[in-house]
Amino acid sequence: MAKDRAIIPPLPFPETTPYWEAAANGKLLIKQCSACGASHFYPRVHCPFCFSDKTQWCEAAGRGTIYAFSVTRRAETPYAIAYVTLREGPTMLTNIVDCGLDSIRIGQEVRVVFKPAENGQLVPMFTPV
Amino acid sequence: MRGQNAGYIAGIFEHPTRKADGKSLALLHAEVAKGAIEDAGLSKDDVDGYFCAGDVAGWDARGAGPFSIIDYLGLKLRHLDSTESWGSSYLVHVAHAAEAIAAGKCRIALINLAGRPRADGFNTGTSVATEGLSAAEAQFELPYGPTVVNTYAMCAMRHMHEFGTTSEQLAWIKVAASHHAQHNPHAMLRDVVTVEDVVSSPIIADPLHRLDCCVISDGGGALIVTGPEIAKSLKHPPVRVIGAGYAPKHQMGGRIDLTYSGARWSGPRAFAEAEITPRDIQYASIYDSFTITVLITLEDLGFCAKGKGGAFVADGNLISGLGRLPFNTDGGGLCNNHPSNRGGMTKIIEAVRQLRGIAHPKVQVANCGLALVHGTGGALGTRHGSATLILERE
Repeated sequence: MAKDRAIIPPLPFPETTPYWEAAANGKLLIKQCSACGASHFYPRVHCPFCFSDKTQWCEAAGRGTIYAFSVTRRAETPYAIAYVTLREGPTMLTNIVDCGLDSIRIGQEVRVVFKPAENGQLVPMFTPV
Repeated sequence: MRGQNAGYIAGIFEHPTRKADGKSLALLHAEVAKGAIEDAGLSKDDVDGYFCAGDVAGWDARGAGPFSIIDYLGLKLRHLDSTESWGSSYLVHVAHAAEAIAAGKCRIALINLAGRPRADGFNTGTSVATEGLSAAEAQFELPYGPTVVNTYAMCAMRHMHEFGTTSEQLAWIKVAASHHAQHNPHAMLRDVVTVEDVVSSPIIADPLHRLDCCVISDGGGALIVTGPEIAKSLKHPPVRVIGAGYAPKHQMGGRIDLTYSGARWSGPRAFAEAEITPRDIQYASIYDSFTITVLITLEDLGFCAKGKGGAFVADGNLISGLGRLPFNTDGGGLCNNHPSNRGGMTKIIEAVRQLRGIAHPKVQVANCGLALVHGTGGALGTRHGSATLILERE
């Protein structure tokens, strides 16, 4: 099992505080556009596809597959950075945690877990199902 | 651009230092500027346009940087352009200089790069970002520990997954660079390496080994760009910019595809402007921050089909005198230098040397008349600016 790494605290914007408040409650939010129907990540007020400002927070299922990853070996505590494609469509940057770093594979199914940053803010990460 | 916007690269200079302990950043700028101006056979007072990127006076100077350096150099200008595109900035500057000259905004443009990350002890590849903390994406990225190496490494991992590309194929890119660097007395790494050497070097971030990564070096370079009348009156064979293309690529709202770069768009734009095809190119300078950067770029530029880059670069195909596409004959970023962590400038300089016929005789491409330069500025796996130039010896 990988050891825990010190996590840099996120610096929320006024308009992204719902995301981080939800994370603190163990929920992963993404944004969906009411105008074009597309989901996007990372979350913005304006849809990056159709530029409508009619976007809404939606709770993601917290399930996805690993699109790409890399284990940083040259680090005080080796860790796995990854892009995970959510069931809802968007792909997000994250870490793969709570597993052997050598067992991670592209295409692996993962579920969201939350790990505390150095200031206690919970941050969404993923672990193999 | 053929027939219009004609810009010529009339002066080049690459700083010989690779570790500038005894020199400030400003002094490095003065030395490279003087070198390029003298190479062109001009004087400082001839320069009326100045091009530099946002890091020109160090990142802490931010927007004041260009003014700090033009003050330091004592330039009298009627045109200033500080377009920022990370390591590909200098290719963009060449294109912008050609446009400015064609529009009558200036006659003789100086383009500068200098940096001393090695003297400053900066761990370029393995540090988590410390700048851009207020950027919109920072809160959704920095907690996960993105570094230069691990974000490029994810591109390599995905490319291997989709196309069966191997570490041994990537290693051939470093092997080719090392074959060229052995002839460059200024190169940081002059030993010829083998595929086995590369794949047995320590992993930095899977699947990239230490020898898949470029060097960290100090130094810099400068260029003089001017119009046809002045270029043809100077001493060097005129090197004309016949095509330029630019394209930023980003995360596209989460529709991420790591198997291609912005070169997919910048390359065709440059080739269309130049009215040539990849088959016509005799020499290519390709920004080689990592081996994977070169492989993906070559595919995107159309030197081979998407997914076939591994086979294309293998078996010495990039080695001058051996392969079909001689690349980075100065040793590139993988072996020679990477001043200010920005490889675009030195890529342009080596392409001009090839077109002038003054590259090292062991790596000079016979009768080199058409060259391509490509820069990938930023991070292949998140956001970057891709710039392509096509240069012709007249």
